[in-house]
Amino acid sequence: MRIAVRWAVPLLVAGLWELAARRTQDVFFPPPSAIVKRMYELWFSGPFVLTPDAVDNLLPSLGRMAAGLAVATLAGVGLGLALGRSARLMDYLDPLLQFARAIPPPTLVPVFIVLMHLGSAMQIVSIAVSAVWPILLNTADGARTVDPVQIATARVFRIGPADRLRRIILPSSLPKIFAGLRLSLSLALILMVFSELLPGAADGIGFQLTDAQSRSDLPTVWSAIVLLGVLGYLLNTLLLVVERRALRRHRTGGL
Amino acid sequence: MTPTPGRWLRGPAGVAAAVALSEILAATGAIPRDFLPPASAVLARAARLPAEPGFLGDLATTVTAWAAGLALAVLIGVTLGLLLGGVPAVGAALRPVLEFLRPIPSVALIPLVSLILGAGLTTEVTLIVYAAVWPVLFNTIYGLSEVDPVPRDTLRVFGFGRAEVMWRVSLPAAAPFIATGVRLAAAIGLILAVGTEILAGFGDGLGVFIAQAQQAVAGTLDVLAGTVWAGTLGLLVNAVLVVFSRRAFGWHGR
Repeated sequence: MRIAVRWAVPLLVAGLWELAARRTQDVFFPPPSAIVKRMYELWFSGPFVLTPDAVDNLLPSLGRMAAGLAVATLAGVGLGLALGRSARLMDYLDPLLQFARAIPPPTLVPVFIVLMHLGSAMQIVSIAVSAVWPILLNTADGARTVDPVQIATARVFRIGPADRLRRIILPSSLPKIFAGLRLSLSLALILMVFSELLPGAADGIGFQLTDAQSRSDLPTVWSAIVLLGVLGYLLNTLLLVVERRALRRHRTGGL
Repeated sequence: MTPTPGRWLRGPAGVAAAVALSEILAATGAIPRDFLPPASAVLARAARLPAEPGFLGDLATTVTAWAAGLALAVLIGVTLGLLLGGVPAVGAALRPVLEFLRPIPSVALIPLVSLILGAGLTTEVTLIVYAAVWPVLFNTIYGLSEVDPVPRDTLRVFGFGRAEVMWRVSLPAAAPFIATGVRLAAAIGLILAVGTEILAGFGDGLGVFIAQAQQAVAGTLDVLAGTVWAGTLGLLVNAVLVVFSRRAFGWHGR
């Protein structure tokens, strides 16, 4: 019943769009059936579901995003823990971090193109540098606000710094880290697309999108947008599942 | 905690150390100057940019598009949020549609909107509105769900209409949450403003300036100086909004 309600309105909207698009024949707004058909032809009608086109474009996109996000997570959590546990370090670096975070990430992409030339390495760096800030600042905040009594207790029991980090500081920072990760994930997706939209990009969903734009191929433009929406939804859901698992394990296993 | 004397000096010291490091790297030739100019050169260039013909116009274009887009996004986001959060039936019906639209990365719409509306301010503002409306909308809905029901129901009992209660109780109570949404929206709006301009590559705007500098021979200095301005813009915008929400909602304890 709840599923029916959940899908009813979106399906109704899609149906109305279908009717309106068929009636008006507006080239800019193809009917949803045409978009779904194009998506199937382009990416999912291959011998093993994926077409060669999908293998050449979807996988590089996802690979670069995963790599960029992985680098951002490692660097963000590592640096964030250090900054969160050392007020002195935080004092020294705070203005630089605030400034770096305030730069709108697409601005950095031309910087990296100039420094590294357009390509996968440069795209991964763009994603990582843009996505690192929410994780870093949230981790620092989480590590800074660990209950001091827990730390003091651990000290009394002669639990070394490495164990304190692993067993107390990291687990109690986890909720904040995941809150940062959620923001970083959407930034990474934005930068993944943006870095592929630029002239000179060789492959990726964004490349297909801008390629279709230059040919005024509206059904493909819409297909790429829908595909990116689905990807965004799936990645968000995946992150939520991971988060729930990680936090549950921490809650039951931590004490 | 005892205050450490001279603690406020640490921030400037950190900045000075970073600038000095980039100077040393450039002076020793570890990083060639024409590959990555030292911070002093970039900052000096950034300081001179407003004197360049056209640069202030570029900056004004970006700020105008961003401000117009953000204002529209706040208007639409709060109105829709009040509707969805205040009238449960509408909320239940429209929520799934929004859940389908929200995950679309906003920059993916740049090619489509550019095809439909052409390159220009309308396209830029449309994209900013689309990207910036989500945080405002969802924070409004969330803020409404956190409203204390007692004063709300009390006013209802005394015969105030739904709209009146919304205006007098729910909206003020949700305002701090909406302010947080506006800050997020301002950041994503700036991303879309600059991003759209970089992809357009011609016309006016800070992003156009950066994109054209990237194409120019030895344009690295201008690209970096433009980036400094973009960061400064981001900092200013955030600072203004923080001060505003502190003034307006100082009573909202944290």
